[in-house]
Amino acid sequence: MTTSPQQQKTLYRHLLLTRLLEERMVSLYRQGKMTGGLFRCLGQEATAVGTAFALEDGDLLIPVIRDLGATLVRGARPVDILRQVMTKADAPARGRDGFLHFCLPEKGLYSGIAMLGTAVSVLAGMVLADRYLGKKTVGMTYLGEGGTSTGAFHEGINFAAVQKLPIVVVLEYNRYSYSTPSEMQCGAATLADKAAGYGVASAIVDGNDVLAVVEAARRAVAWSREGNGPFLLECKTYRRKGHAEHDGQAYVDAEELAEWTRRDPIARFERELDSSGGMDAAARQAVRAEIDAELDAAVAEAEASPAPLPDREFRGVRADEEAVVKRRAETFVGGLG
Amino acid sequence: MSSSASNLASGRSIELASGHPTNLESGHPSNPASGHSPAEVTYVDAIRIALGEEMERDERIILLGEDIGVYGGAFKATAGLLERFGPRRVIDTPVVEEAIVGAAIGASLRGLRPVVEMQFFDFAARAFDMITNFAAKHRYRTGLGVPIVIRGPSGAGVHAGPFHSQSPEGYYARTPGLAVVVPSTAADARGLLKAAIRDEDPVLFLEHKLLYRRAKEVLPEGDGVVPIGKAAVRRTGRDLTIVTYGAMVSLALEAAAGLAKEGVEAEVIDLRTLLPLDEETVLESVRKTSKALLLHEDARTLGIGAEIAATLAEKAFEWLDAPVLRVTAPDTPIPFSPNLEAAYLPGLSTLLSAARRLAAY
Repeated sequence: MTTSPQQQKTLYRHLLLTRLLEERMVSLYRQGKMTGGLFRCLGQEATAVGTAFALEDGDLLIPVIRDLGATLVRGARPVDILRQVMTKADAPARGRDGFLHFCLPEKGLYSGIAMLGTAVSVLAGMVLADRYLGKKTVGMTYLGEGGTSTGAFHEGINFAAVQKLPIVVVLEYNRYSYSTPSEMQCGAATLADKAAGYGVASAIVDGNDVLAVVEAARRAVAWSREGNGPFLLECKTYRRKGHAEHDGQAYVDAEELAEWTRRDPIARFERELDSSGGMDAAARQAVRAEIDAELDAAVAEAEASPAPLPDREFRGVRADEEAVVKRRAETFVGGLG
Repeated sequence: MSSSASNLASGRSIELASGHPTNLESGHPSNPASGHSPAEVTYVDAIRIALGEEMERDERIILLGEDIGVYGGAFKATAGLLERFGPRRVIDTPVVEEAIVGAAIGASLRGLRPVVEMQFFDFAARAFDMITNFAAKHRYRTGLGVPIVIRGPSGAGVHAGPFHSQSPEGYYARTPGLAVVVPSTAADARGLLKAAIRDEDPVLFLEHKLLYRRAKEVLPEGDGVVPIGKAAVRRTGRDLTIVTYGAMVSLALEAAAGLAKEGVEAEVIDLRTLLPLDEETVLESVRKTSKALLLHEDARTLGIGAEIAATLAEKAFEWLDAPVLRVTAPDTPIPFSPNLEAAYLPGLSTLLSAARRLAAY
C-alpha cells in the first residue's frame, strides 16, 4: 500500500502542526504560563505521526510523552493540548493531569501513566475485550529504550504474545532515556531483537523517513489485525532536546547532535515533496500559514480559559463518592465539625 | 509461582485445594428440588458460587488469573468455571501479576467487568503500580472508571510463611480510588463479591484463606448482595466494643463468649469493608460502650486500627472512659514455623487479657 499524494499532504500537515504546536509551547513555557516541564519531540516527529497514521478509525492508541504527533493524528485538537499544559478547567483532564495524559475514547485515544511500560498490558486488555466483543481492533502504543527495560513491558508483551493479541508496540529508539544512552539501557544490539524472546514479529525502520514509517506501520498493523499477535516496530530516531526543557543535555556529543539535525525528518520530507512534485514550497507555505493562524486562535482561547476550581476538582474519585466527599470535608474541619 | 503452595496442599490446620466443591454443576447453594433443608456452604464455595451466578447474569464478566481455568485455582475458588463459561471468559495467564491487572484495567475500559485472581494476595505487590497508580487514579484523572475486582487469599494461620500469609490490606486501604473489602463469613463472601463485581470502580477483595473451608453457613435466598461500606454488629454488648474484620471476627466472638461468663458484655463489630470505612457503626457502638479494643491480624504500625483510633479521638473523645487499645500482629515478617506463627498471631489469651484490662479500667 503506497501513501497517496493526498495522504502525503495530510502527513505533512500533521508533522508541521506537531512542530509548530511544540514551538508555541516552548514560548508559553518561557513565559511561565505552562504548568510543569515541557517534554519535546523535536527531531522525532515522524515516528509518532507516521505510525499513528497507519491506524484505522476504531483502532486504539496510548501515547507516551514524546508522542504529541500521534495524539494529534488521532484527532486531539491543539487547543486541547494547550489547555492541558496550562492546566485549565476546560482541558480534557480539567487540571487533574497534564499534557498527553487524557482520554478521548470516541477517537480511540487513551491515556498512559508516568510509569513506563504499563500501557502495554493495559492496551492488551483493551484489544482482548474488543476481540471478545467481536471487533477487529488493533492497539498501538509507544516506548523508548528505557521503557523496554521495565518489567511492565516484559510482562505485557509476554501476555499479549501468549494471547496473540493485536497490538503494535512502537519502540522509539531515540538514543537517550533522560540522560542514559542506549548502550547503558539495553544489552541487545537492537530493541527489535527482544521480539525473538517473546515469539513475536518485529521490524526496524528509519524513524526519520516518514513515508517508510507509514509503510512499516501499515504492515505491522495488518499483521496484528490478521491474528498473528503482537508486533514490535523499532523506529530509529533521535531526541534532539533534553529529557525536558530544564535539561541542558550536557551529556550529548555536539557532533552527534549536529548530524541528527541534518537528518531532520520534516526537512527531509520537504525535499522529497520537492523532488516528487507532490507539494511545492508555495503549497507548503500555505499550510504553514493556515496552521499559524489556527495556533494563534488556539493559544488565545486556551489562555482565556479559567483555572480549575478546588470545589469541583476533588470530586469524581469514585462513582459512589459519598464517603470520599465526606472525608474531604472533614479534612478542613477535623473531628470538631 | 510458589514453592510453599505445594506444602500448603499437604494440609495441616486447614484442608486446601482438595475434595469436591458442593453443587459444582449448578453453582447454587442448595438444591430446592430435593426438599431437604438447604446445605451449609463453605466460604470458598460461596466465592465460587458468587462468580458463577454473576457470570450467568452478566456476559461482560471475565476471569483472569494464574491456574484458575484447567486447575480451578490454587484453592479451587474457580473450579468448574472454565467448563461452564469457556476459555474466552476464564483465562489462564502466565505468571505476570502486573500484566494481569493491566489487562483487566484495559478490558474494563472497553466495557468488560474483569475479575482477577491473585493466587495469594501477597503477590499483588507485583501489581502495586497498576493497582495504586493506574487503576486507582483513572476515574479521577480521566473520568473513566475502572470496574475491576482483584480477589484472592490473604492472611496467616496455615503455616505458609512470610510470602503466603500476609494481610496486605493496609497498603491499599489508604489509596484514594480503591475500595478494600474483607469478608468474614460465607454469606458475606458471596454477597460482598457480588457487590464488588457490580461496583463501577476498582475493588480489592481480600479473602482469608483460613476461612476457606472453616467458615460455612446456609446462604441466604436470592441474590444475597451485601453492600460495600457497611459494617456488621456480630454481637451486641454494653461494656466494650471490639472492632475487627476477617478471620479475627471469630476470635473476637470467642473472646466475647468467654467474657460474658465473667459478666463482661462485649460488642463485636465486623468492619467488612476497610475503605470506605463505616465509621458511623463504630462510633455508635463506642458512644454506647465507651471503651474500644481494635483487633487485627495486620501489623500494628499504621494498620486499620490506627485510623480507627484517630477517628475515635476526633469524634468520640468525650464518650471514652478508657484508652483505646490495640491487639494486633507485631511489626515483624510472618514466620514459617507453626509455633512461631501462633505466637505472631493475636491469640485468645492476649485478647482476653486486653479486654479484661479495658473492662476494669
